[in-house]
Amino acid sequence: MQKANRFLLLIPAALGIIVFALFPLIQIAIPTVTSGANPIALYTQFLQSNYDLQVIFRTLTIATVTTVITVLLGLPTALWISRQSVSWRQFLSVIILFPILTNAVVRNFAWIIILGKNGVLNNMLQALHLISAPLTLLYTNTAIVIGSVYLFLPIMITTLVDSANGLNPEIEEAAAVLGARPFTILREIILPQMAPAILTGAILVFSGAMTAYTTPQLLGGNRHLVMSTLIYQQAMTLGNWTNASVVAMVLIVLSLIVLGLLRWYTGRLDRRVDHA
Amino acid sequence: MLDRHNHVLQLIGVIVLALLILPLGIVVVTSFGTEPTISFPIKGFTLAWYANIWTQPAFVDGFQSSLTIALLASLLALLIGVPAVYALTRFDIPQKAWFQTLFLSPTLIPEIVIGFALYQTLVIAWRLPLWPSLLIGHLLLCLPYVIRLVTSSMLHLDPHIEEAAWTLGTSRPRAFFTIVLPNIRTSIVAAFMLCFINSFNNIPISLFLNGPSQNMLPTAILNYLQNNYDPTVSALSVVLMLFTAVLMLLMEKLLGVGALTTTETN
Repeated sequence: MQKANRFLLLIPAALGIIVFALFPLIQIAIPTVTSGANPIALYTQFLQSNYDLQVIFRTLTIATVTTVITVLLGLPTALWISRQSVSWRQFLSVIILFPILTNAVVRNFAWIIILGKNGVLNNMLQALHLISAPLTLLYTNTAIVIGSVYLFLPIMITTLVDSANGLNPEIEEAAAVLGARPFTILREIILPQMAPAILTGAILVFSGAMTAYTTPQLLGGNRHLVMSTLIYQQAMTLGNWTNASVVAMVLIVLSLIVLGLLRWYTGRLDRRVDHA
Repeated sequence: MLDRHNHVLQLIGVIVLALLILPLGIVVVTSFGTEPTISFPIKGFTLAWYANIWTQPAFVDGFQSSLTIALLASLLALLIGVPAVYALTRFDIPQKAWFQTLFLSPTLIPEIVIGFALYQTLVIAWRLPLWPSLLIGHLLLCLPYVIRLVTSSMLHLDPHIEEAAWTLGTSRPRAFFTIVLPNIRTSIVAAFMLCFINSFNNIPISLFLNGPSQNMLPTAILNYLQNNYDPTVSALSVVLMLFTAVLMLLMEKLLGVGALTTTETN
């Protein structure tokens, strides 16, 4: 086939992305460096504002806590699932997959019902006489973390089950015969083998939780903004498009830095596995 | 031993599964309650909230446009994605890595930023109507799935089969349609399903690109929740869960049991 034709097949996709993704991105980036006193004026202003720093800090904290909890809950669950019989394992995987494919609004809405002032949890605690007045659970940072964990735990489990299926149980048996306790087996045998999958899961969950909009919007309310809800508020409620662009750029840079760090660390782990 | 009889693993596994399923179960139950605000446990039993879904034009219109956009965006993504993958995997293109990065680059941009950037450029600067802007946004969402899934299946397909057809006199396009396409159809169906589901469920991109004249279902629910707390949303959630279940069944029928559990969903 002629050389020109080869590129013909690539052009629609390449052009589509350049015109509709990269160009608009540059379009919103330009005003952030041209409309201030100097090119980085708007950014320094943003990073000096206590309120905005608080939003960045909240965004990163929620993503970090979410990632840690999904690993802590996901790892034992994935191990448990991978050790079931094949048919049972398939059934469990379908149960895990169902929430992933269900709309995020529906999944967060469930937690509004549970965490609300007259919600399921408050009613239950009051019925048990554990509390006398309803607790404020909804519209807090904790609510956002709970919602994010609920949203991303299935993704973490799916990622970890694939890796846990590949573990060789005979190595664990050998260790057990030699007197290793379960916790030692977990730390010395299972964790090192599953480390790359845990990092892959962490990348998916962290970047997802950091940029998610629906969960902080529905469970955080207006007083607990994260970067994605701040972008929307600045752009659509306050009409301050330049500020929204600044936040968007900071969000992209932060997520690229975090992804880069995690990938770099994964690369190091892979090398270690290769050398072993 | 950390086998399936280990009590700690079993306990955590059962609790986690219960925590994943129970919240959705509560939503199902609340959709049948008779009280005008959501309560749990419910008093009485009614199907009125299901009927109420159809009285909300935002939901009915939103469902239609979400369905249309998801179908069109997935088809378009295949239409421009598959040729690109074919060129990248079959021809010796020097800038291969560069193109790969370009095609997957939308996944590196947070969806909310894509939505905002498209709103600024397409809707404000170019004065494009909302509908085509939405389609473009959802196309950007879908394309990386096509590129990733179809690339991996093209790499597994032996190029010699196609070459054999050429030497026997089959034209290139005919060889593609009769030999390559049937061999990669599983990945094409999988990519289509993933694109469809992700587009249908998407919020951050649709958020900036909808308006009073152009509803999308997920954002319509989001708007409704701002002012209402009645079981209509529970009922609609149940309908959407049934929709998800049908899609999963369809995936299983089209792709086999294994596909459901091994398909990368993010």
